[in-house]
Amino acid sequence: MTAPAIEADGLVKHFGDVEAVKGVSFEVPEGRVLGVLGPNGAGKTTSVRMLTTLLRPDGGTARVLGMDVRKDPQQVRANIGLAGQYAAVDENLTGRENLALVGKLTHMSSAEYGARADELLEQFALSDAADRVARTYSGGMRRRLDLAAALVHRPPVLFLDEPTTGLDPQGRNELWGVIEALVSRGTTVLLTTQYLEEADVLADNIVVIDHGSVIAEGTATELKERLGATVVEITMRDDDSTARAVELLAPVGKASRDGKLVRVNVPGGAGARSMLDAVRLLDGEHLDPAAMVLREPTLDDVFLQLTGHSTTDGDESDQGGDQ
Amino acid sequence: MTTITADAPAVVRVNRGHAVGDALTMAWRNLLNLVRNPQLLVFATIQPVIFVLMFRYVFGGAIQGSLPPGQTYVNFLMPGIFVQTIVFGSLTTGVGLADDLSKGLIDRFRSLPMARSAVLVGRTLADLVRNFFVVILMCVVGFIVGWTIGTNVWGLIGAVGIILAFSYSLSWVFAIVGLMVKDAETAQAVSFPILAPLVFASSAFVPVATMPSWLQGWAENQPVSIVVDAARALTIGGPTSEYVIKALLWIVGIVAVCAPIAVNRYRRAV
Repeated sequence: MTAPAIEADGLVKHFGDVEAVKGVSFEVPEGRVLGVLGPNGAGKTTSVRMLTTLLRPDGGTARVLGMDVRKDPQQVRANIGLAGQYAAVDENLTGRENLALVGKLTHMSSAEYGARADELLEQFALSDAADRVARTYSGGMRRRLDLAAALVHRPPVLFLDEPTTGLDPQGRNELWGVIEALVSRGTTVLLTTQYLEEADVLADNIVVIDHGSVIAEGTATELKERLGATVVEITMRDDDSTARAVELLAPVGKASRDGKLVRVNVPGGAGARSMLDAVRLLDGEHLDPAAMVLREPTLDDVFLQLTGHSTTDGDESDQGGDQ
Repeated sequence: MTTITADAPAVVRVNRGHAVGDALTMAWRNLLNLVRNPQLLVFATIQPVIFVLMFRYVFGGAIQGSLPPGQTYVNFLMPGIFVQTIVFGSLTTGVGLADDLSKGLIDRFRSLPMARSAVLVGRTLADLVRNFFVVILMCVVGFIVGWTIGTNVWGLIGAVGIILAFSYSLSWVFAIVGLMVKDAETAQAVSFPILAPLVFASSAFVPVATMPSWLQGWAENQPVSIVVDAARALTIGGPTSEYVIKALLWIVGIVAVCAPIAVNRYRRAV
């Protein structure tokens, strides 16, 4: 049994009086992908910053490949890649120069980083733009260059902090493909995201964080079984019928209301059938909904289930955290 | 190229001793940025030229009268203009760092196994190189508008050397400012009020004797005046050692105090 590639054990971080991270623990085995899921301000970025040596933990320990981030930060840095929400590329350097910069700063020989840059530019579909300054790149291209820059020195462990936030669906799909290819080659990945779908597509295991604490953990399938794999949303026309609908729909799944909106979280497997059941039950009482929708659960549904509050209700107390 | 497919290698151990190489890499990156950023280039070249011309021809006539007999305003002015330009130029050290910080580039550098001092040393070195070219350009413009060296070429080289060393020390002051603020605009806004009294309440443009007496104490001893006076002594003539020694003490003192503070702030910058 080898040590986990990434290990957080009771990590704590305060910013002034605010406890941004309150004892977060998780492990990522070598070659696996952990998705850290949570809303803005949950403490995701702060946790990643501690694991990548950018912030000193106030409590607990963080290890990467068995090396303590506090005692051995330089060795940790030699073995990690970090790509963030910013797309931290130098706008006045070309794509190739950005990669060369990281190559030089990780002390590779010029032949080595030259070949590596060519390879990454090809792999990230940036070969045609390689000698243009990054200022001229689209948002998606910048993110790809940022990720490529994090990979120049072939780090065995990769941290991706909301890698697709702000990208259009096409850019997101492209980036997902690249991350999947990396994982298939054995890189260990920790990925933070606000999107359940993203964690579902990319991660082997998911940790859900809220207000600086882990509130749920499991595979995507396990979480969905627990939290409902499908959501039926029904908009009623008045308060009485809304209340009645919540009662009626109890056999379909866990029903809750928000104004005139009835939300039913349907446990795994039932899928579209649950919609038929809902229609039948409402029609049996001659209730007349204004709208009905069947959809995949979102992070918001997960949060509603786990915490009873939606992601947007949370306070913005994580200063310096997930900006 | 058989090694290329191996994407998940074994644990890498790093060695110490890359401080110089890493700093030069960062200087290379910053100089590329300067060359490719037209706004910075214009700021660095056209502005000093305009200042030389403006002070020489607009204020020259008025101030000439307060100068000791036998001194021409252009000879009095040039050392002042040099120092004024490089003092305002040192602000770009802070602006550049604040920009890197707000764009997440500092995070990238801090996550790499590079020397902790390299980002700051590289940035200040690049700014020194830029200042070198700015001073050369201003010398040329100065000679065109009638500047003459009353000493000799070694005096000129010494004056330029002291001015550049002073610019380097100020880069460290503004490195601290750049690491403490949110973005480039704030860095600029915070720096100006620090600089204005240094530059204008000094001997750079007018003789200190023309100022009210309460201001003279400050104006005679603050570093900008000392450096300007040293550069004047080296280019016009007269006793030099007192000014030069005082100037060097200021320069060494500023670096000795500010460089460790800046590196320490860089380690903690969030």
